[in-house]
Amino acid sequence: MIKELTCILCPNGCDLKITCEGRSVENVAGNRCARGEDYAVQELLSPQRNIATSVLVKNGTLPLASVRLTGTIPKDSIFDAVKAIQAVTLTAPVAIGQIVLANVLGLGVDAIATRVVDASCL
Amino acid sequence: MKTNQVDVIIVGGGPAGLAAAVRLWNNGVKNILIVEREAYMGGILRQCIHDGFGVGRFGAALSGPEYAQRFIDEVTALQIPYVTRTTVLSVSSDKVVTVVSPNGIQQYAAKAVVFAMGCRERTRGALAIPGERPCGVFTAGVAQSYINMYNLMNGKDVIILGSGDIGMIMARRLTLEGAKVHGVFEVMPYASGLPRNIQQCLNDYDIPLYLSHTVTDIHGDARLKSVTISQVDENLQPIAGTEKEWPCDTLILSVGLIPENELSTGAGVQLDTRTRGALVDENLQTNIPGTFAAGNVLQVHDLVDYVSLEAEQLADGVTRYLTQGALPACNYSVSAGQGVGYVVPQRISGTRDVTFSLRVRRPMRGCTLKIIQNGQVIATKKLPKALPAEMERIKLPVANLQATGDLEVCVE
Repeated sequence: MIKELTCILCPNGCDLKITCEGRSVENVAGNRCARGEDYAVQELLSPQRNIATSVLVKNGTLPLASVRLTGTIPKDSIFDAVKAIQAVTLTAPVAIGQIVLANVLGLGVDAIATRVVDASCL
Repeated sequence: MKTNQVDVIIVGGGPAGLAAAVRLWNNGVKNILIVEREAYMGGILRQCIHDGFGVGRFGAALSGPEYAQRFIDEVTALQIPYVTRTTVLSVSSDKVVTVVSPNGIQQYAAKAVVFAMGCRERTRGALAIPGERPCGVFTAGVAQSYINMYNLMNGKDVIILGSGDIGMIMARRLTLEGAKVHGVFEVMPYASGLPRNIQQCLNDYDIPLYLSHTVTDIHGDARLKSVTISQVDENLQPIAGTEKEWPCDTLILSVGLIPENELSTGAGVQLDTRTRGALVDENLQTNIPGTFAAGNVLQVHDLVDYVSLEAEQLADGVTRYLTQGALPACNYSVSAGQGVGYVVPQRISGTRDVTFSLRVRRPMRGCTLKIIQNGQVIATKKLPKALPAEMERIKLPVANLQATGDLEVCVE
């Protein structure tokens, strides 16, 4: 059968046409780069996503630090991952790249802060 | 009042202003000042915590704050002068810039002014949605700042009007934060945001997208209780008898962005009625010599990577203006032809290669962009597909240009 997908890896958003037989991918068309083929196979077999959320910050100039993952996780782990990350509270100062939660749910990726939050000088 | 002399004032410390400042500095233009009204630089990127920024520029899918911080770090390392919590009150046509901050009112006499104020959202008022006026109706960007900057949840049962990118991104964000997003409703027969956002923000979370639908009434006293949604016909008019009431406590509007040009028009800058940004030449100079515009104040972009590029192109133009005292006359005018919504720049000098930005009017497949002069095609670009949501570019080599005759960009 032929499955159609939009590649989400970059803003090109290529329309992919995947010819597959069950879980075996026979051909990928419509991708403008090699990553599109990998994405198509991955998306069919085990869809992966990165996610963004925020965690609370104590004593900061802002109440929240934004967070993303260092890599993708299986789509069906997204809600559990967000829950685990949001259980963390940081104390300012927060640096970009600072690990908020290592090895989220044992999936091999870290949650890192993506915003600088200075300590509030009270 | 003492007037400070500067070479360049940059109005706005968002992605366009920051990129322009760094490039100007590296070009040797160092008597510059970035003026930012918020407490922090970074502009709208500060609240865009999702990833996907910088794929083109940095080869990495960064979040908005990270993308902005790369430029802020450069500004800081180069010690480029900036002020925050400072609002520009006016810019005169002779480039006197008046600002106000907690330190009072100050004036700067600038040789060049860079407009980099970005854009703002269309509101319920702009759409004239009838009904009551309860709390719970937000524009997508306001909802995004509540949730990502201030830790304030918007609501629990959400309807989104408009399939702009921020609306779809908020649909995902609210879902991850525990709200139920009942649907995204779009008046046009196609989505107005990027296909990848339909996939990763809506399809991934089973959030339905209803095309050719719009909100026709709003109900609630203190808080929003429900909205009436109707189907629309091919003229975008609601079809009687299709009304359906959707209970919700939150309505999010993602219905378009408008370049924020009050300061520019105050200086005498002429706007393009289509982009609602300035009419500019290939140096991104407006009709007022020495004033320039780039980023979302010029044309609403879908990708910040191109905002940075455009601001750098502007900085090179400003540098030439300061070095040469004036820029070449631009006698060729450029207009949007068949199938094209707008084209930027709208005037060129014919002294250098130019890359035009444009948007098509409706989704197309297997089409060709053409630049036409005196009835002849002088440049083409083939596109496998084109969407109004995605800005397109076409390059015109100066060698292809004829001596006289205005240009038209069209798509077939």
